[in-house]
Amino acid sequence: MPAISNALWSLFMVGGTALGATLAINAADPGYLVHGVLLGAFCVLGLVFMYARRGADVATDASPYNDSVVRAAVIACTFWGITGFLVGLVIALQLAFPALNLDLPWTSFGRLRPLHTSAVIFAFGGNALIACSFFIVQRTCRVRLAGRWAPWFVFWGYQLFIVLAATGYVLGVTQSKEYAEPEWYVDLWLTIVWVVYLLVFLVTVMRRREPHIYVANWFFLAFIITVAMLHVVNNLAVPVSFFGAKSYVVFAGVQDAMIQWWYAHNAVGFFLTAGFLGIMYYFVPKRAERPIYSYRLSVVHFWSLIFLYIWAGPHHLHYTALPDWAQTLGMTFSIMLWMPSWGGMINGLMTLSGAWDKLRTDPVMRMLVVSVAFYGMSTFEGPVMSIKAVNALSHYTDWTIGHVHSGALGWVAFVSFGALYMLVPSLWKRERLYSLRMVEWHFWIATIGILLYITAMWVSGIMQGLMWRAYDNLGFLEYSFVETVEAMHPYYMIRALGGALFLTGALIMVYNLWRTARGDVRIAEPEVPPNIAPVMA
Amino acid sequence: MASQPEIDDFSGVETVGHEWDGIKELNNPLPRWWVWVWVASILWAIGYWIAMPAWPLIDGYTKGVLGYSQRATVARQIDEAQGAKSALVAKIHKASLADIRKDPQLLEFALAGGRSAFAVNCSQCHGSGAAGSRGYPNLNDDDWLWGGKIADIFATVRAGIRSGHEDARDSAMPAFLRDEILTKAQIADVADYTLSLSGKSEKAIKKGAAIFAENCAACHRKDGTGNREFGAPNLADGIWLYGSDRASIIDTISNSRRGVMPAWGNRLDDATLKLLAVYVHSLGGGEADR
Repeated sequence: MPAISNALWSLFMVGGTALGATLAINAADPGYLVHGVLLGAFCVLGLVFMYARRGADVATDASPYNDSVVRAAVIACTFWGITGFLVGLVIALQLAFPALNLDLPWTSFGRLRPLHTSAVIFAFGGNALIACSFFIVQRTCRVRLAGRWAPWFVFWGYQLFIVLAATGYVLGVTQSKEYAEPEWYVDLWLTIVWVVYLLVFLVTVMRRREPHIYVANWFFLAFIITVAMLHVVNNLAVPVSFFGAKSYVVFAGVQDAMIQWWYAHNAVGFFLTAGFLGIMYYFVPKRAERPIYSYRLSVVHFWSLIFLYIWAGPHHLHYTALPDWAQTLGMTFSIMLWMPSWGGMINGLMTLSGAWDKLRTDPVMRMLVVSVAFYGMSTFEGPVMSIKAVNALSHYTDWTIGHVHSGALGWVAFVSFGALYMLVPSLWKRERLYSLRMVEWHFWIATIGILLYITAMWVSGIMQGLMWRAYDNLGFLEYSFVETVEAMHPYYMIRALGGALFLTGALIMVYNLWRTARGDVRIAEPEVPPNIAPVMA
Repeated sequence: MASQPEIDDFSGVETVGHEWDGIKELNNPLPRWWVWVWVASILWAIGYWIAMPAWPLIDGYTKGVLGYSQRATVARQIDEAQGAKSALVAKIHKASLADIRKDPQLLEFALAGGRSAFAVNCSQCHGSGAAGSRGYPNLNDDDWLWGGKIADIFATVRAGIRSGHEDARDSAMPAFLRDEILTKAQIADVADYTLSLSGKSEKAIKKGAAIFAENCAACHRKDGTGNREFGAPNLADGIWLYGSDRASIIDTISNSRRGVMPAWGNRLDDATLKLLAVYVHSLGGGEADR
């Protein structure tokens, strides 16, 4: 069996090398050439990697689980996190000071913006999901991760996807679909990686040594399956040539818009919500050392969330060419989604009953709880903004940006930070974090950063919306567009400051995690609550 | 690791008897308020579906009892907005520019509408305060290239400058160096002379004056005060569209400028053009008709 696995994966890598070389040699455009070379290099390095690790990653009595791939994903998650936050800060500053576009195509806002969104959602968030799902599924199923090379292929293949996407944006390779910018061949690569991810996860769950599947794994499975479906359908496209980057999406007009927002809204729903709820459902009870509040609530809110979320996409297209009936369904399903979303918040927060005192003493616990609170806030704000009367004001304004970031910074990033603070001591077999006081600093600096960010965007977004719709008493428009842009300048600076604080907090975290992994403990610290115990059989 | 249900010490609630990596689950019921708010949101959605267009059918969709249609609503709102203005717009259409300025109601309407139309169409080049920038004239002062009477402004806005419109303001200053009419040295002299007209230079007056008389005075007049017939700027007033430093003036003489403004008559209706003319005329530099 291992021999067959080795042979098959080696064959795959050899084939990939040949394919990459062929694509690079025949490439019709520079972006495609770069990407052909990257694919070839990836597969060559893959062979080297397989040879170098030929004896490693074998289960031992001390460590029955495959944690090396989780460690790699944790490192990638922090690396891409810092990258993504930094690019976010750069583009926030570009909006405040347009000269920072530098008049170069590669550094213009239009190319760096997808670099930021993809880096934080898919690179930072995606690696957090890979790390946590692989960590959690092994422990809650009490079985080693399925596959010898497959988990490594998921990890490295996903990193190649990130690099192909990122270099593509900077070089101008894009199909111009929001959050789905990579071109057809990168989409195909991600599809292969994702199917292997699904197989690894599914086979691990099927081999479980527990009678039931833990709720976190329901959410991970829903996330993996749904993202696969969304990704494939939204990216259906016809390439102009097998040897060129350009393709044309098969949908057109309002159908294209509808498919796009069905995809993008559920990227939020299943990538950034369901997946991260899986993380929450493991690390919150683990840190609080309390049972989940309600099993019944987890069942009901899981299925209702899965069923209702998928309908809500049309609320991104209110007052457009989208038919009235589709707008109605988008709005009403968003409203009905409110309570199912809050089910996760209730289960997260109420799990702390009996352990509320930990909020005072344990900054990691506080980070996790605040993330759940932000989750509750943005899943309330979302349905409110989907109401057509509200959307008429909020749509196309910075309010939307603020809403996204209260979810992204407050919920997704904070729950990931909490998970990282628990994963690193466990994965590197350390007794505790290097410094809890640094976590405290991280928590407060980042929280202030988030609050500055979202309040600035509320004010500027509502102001922008009101200025656009302002008429004088004779019925003439009150403001020109450029006046609204001018009025937003101070809020853009506050937003950039918020982003800078958030990045600062994350840098403190990286330092803290690095020292933790090295095995250092900061002396002169008060006695601290224990992290999750190092791996046990 | 199936274990038996047990009682949680803190809450007194029973667990469901499962355990994963040390995590257990309590058997709490769904929170009542949660259930009722959810039910209410579902009932509200059903009510909304009954009232509004909602569910797709094989051929069409459920129209809803309120008969709402987004397209019809937009069309009605646009009609209403235009209806509210229609009486005054009709008057503007009929009235002459002079009449508009005499009637206080029409004037107020024209200034408000002109300001709004200016913000949407003109501010991109002339700035939201109409103060202009390099290459785009300041409309607040009394230094007009093509005339500052209200009829002149109307004509400029309607047909544009070097726009290709048949009535466009049009003229072309030669590119004295590129077209090999003057040498670099001659251009430097005439630039100094030009600067001296507004007291900015005292150099080379004689040599430059001769070149100016021969090459420039035909359009800019002997004293350099310009001629609006040709859109030839006044060179003696110290106001410069492309910069007052010597290098910019040498560049202007060497290569010419020939700025362009679109013919707004191709995009805006006659009433809006009148509003714009009245508004721009009111900014401070407008000249009386006599």
